[in-house]
Amino acid sequence: MSRVRVLVGTRKGAFVLTSDGKRQNWDVSGPHFAGWEIYHMKGSPADPNRIYASQSSGWFGQIIQRSDDGGKTWHQPGTPPGEPTTTPEGMPKAESNKFVYDTSPETGKPLTTHQWYDGTPHPWEFKRVWHVEPSLDDPDAVYAGVEDAALFRSTDGGKNWHELAGLRGHGTGPAWQPGAGGMCLHTIIIDPSNPKRIVIAISAAGAFRTDDGGKTWKPINRGLRSLYIPNPTAEVGHCVHHVAMHGARPNVLFMQKHWDVMRSDDAGESWREVSGNLPTDFGFVIDVHAHEPETIFVVPIKSDSEHFPLDGQLRVFRSKSGGNEWEPMTKGLPQRDCYVNVLRDAMSVDTLDPCGVYFGTSGGQVYGSADGGASWTPIVRDLPAVVSVEAQALA
Amino acid sequence: MIRVVLPAHLRKLAHVDGEIKVEVAGPVTQRSVLDAVEALYPMLRGTMRDHTTQKRRAFVRFFACEQDLSHESPDAPLPDAVASGKEPFLVIGAIAGG
Repeated sequence: MSRVRVLVGTRKGAFVLTSDGKRQNWDVSGPHFAGWEIYHMKGSPADPNRIYASQSSGWFGQIIQRSDDGGKTWHQPGTPPGEPTTTPEGMPKAESNKFVYDTSPETGKPLTTHQWYDGTPHPWEFKRVWHVEPSLDDPDAVYAGVEDAALFRSTDGGKNWHELAGLRGHGTGPAWQPGAGGMCLHTIIIDPSNPKRIVIAISAAGAFRTDDGGKTWKPINRGLRSLYIPNPTAEVGHCVHHVAMHGARPNVLFMQKHWDVMRSDDAGESWREVSGNLPTDFGFVIDVHAHEPETIFVVPIKSDSEHFPLDGQLRVFRSKSGGNEWEPMTKGLPQRDCYVNVLRDAMSVDTLDPCGVYFGTSGGQVYGSADGGASWTPIVRDLPAVVSVEAQALA
Repeated sequence: MIRVVLPAHLRKLAHVDGEIKVEVAGPVTQRSVLDAVEALYPMLRGTMRDHTTQKRRAFVRFFACEQDLSHESPDAPLPDAVASGKEPFLVIGAIAGG
């Protein structure tokens, strides 16, 4: 019997929700790392019991945690307690929470400035990991998207992290600027047909793609139009909130931008708007049905200044045509007096049949649908504010 | 033996309850005490001081003997009462946020 596991990151700890394939009765474990912000957790496709978690604190900085048993126990994959932190030669040993921008002449890029909120230059400063993306085929390989925006990779299970500096240093960095949440790299999509092709997105810089495993990158923002930047069609500067892809069609990308829901059919070379009949096209999440590559989900939010659903009605909108024609999914969701937000990494789908869809809210609810979005049930109602949701189907 | 009190979040990371005790060879300073703490509990590296600059993180403070030592030189001697183990060295999370 198949099972499903939903990994929930919140402002005050991590929770693991598990159920059998019916997805009616759920067990809840947590809080793990109580009191810490858990920006994201994700399991390895190659070993679903290997889970990486980004644990963060404004006081004490960034920690990477790893579980090798499906979230029952966790450890920091750096130097074990009691062992010297340096080699006999004096070199620092593994430290899983060490994220240092690579400025070396061999593999790095000089640290430049990006734009601050007022447009003045501001130095790059590491703050936290927003998103962890395990490799598709190697449990020890994992990417991390960080604030201030950069991409890091570990190939030893999270013990050591190295920046893929070609992204930060590819040339447009001085024009990037932070969104309200910070200048974060929040989306990492690995092409399953070509793992050297990776798409990432940064708020507020835009989407970028590498075709050589992270050495070189280019902006892929043609077709985006953002009225809140001096040149609305600039190469970079767009506040991309999230990007999603179906593994069977890696050239088709769906984007929830600050405003506008967008679609690309050429791996990001060009984008067109597919907001269609959405009541508002501001929002954060976007995801694709596991078995229907043209079925996509968004949760419209009223506006950039009012981060809650329109008219107090929490509605998931589903398009079965890859955009433009949308229908509201309301069954089981509050349709009055609801003023929660749904953050960019807080929606996920499982691969069971029918496809399960999940999202978490700033009010601490995690809603699940076991029928492709047609009806919803709160799995939990009163967690801390939810930051991220990731679903795993288990054999 | 130097007594060190960590904030709750860091005790959890280090898997310890209550005070910890570290040995320091040579002068007892913020740097030597924190070096000793991190050697014993390497998971705490980067949580109190920046990995690269070794500067105190902005929201971390150091108290001892009813004094705020946060802005003292990391190489200044700590009070004798800390060096003798009579008083603990306190690592504190700044009172901010929730």
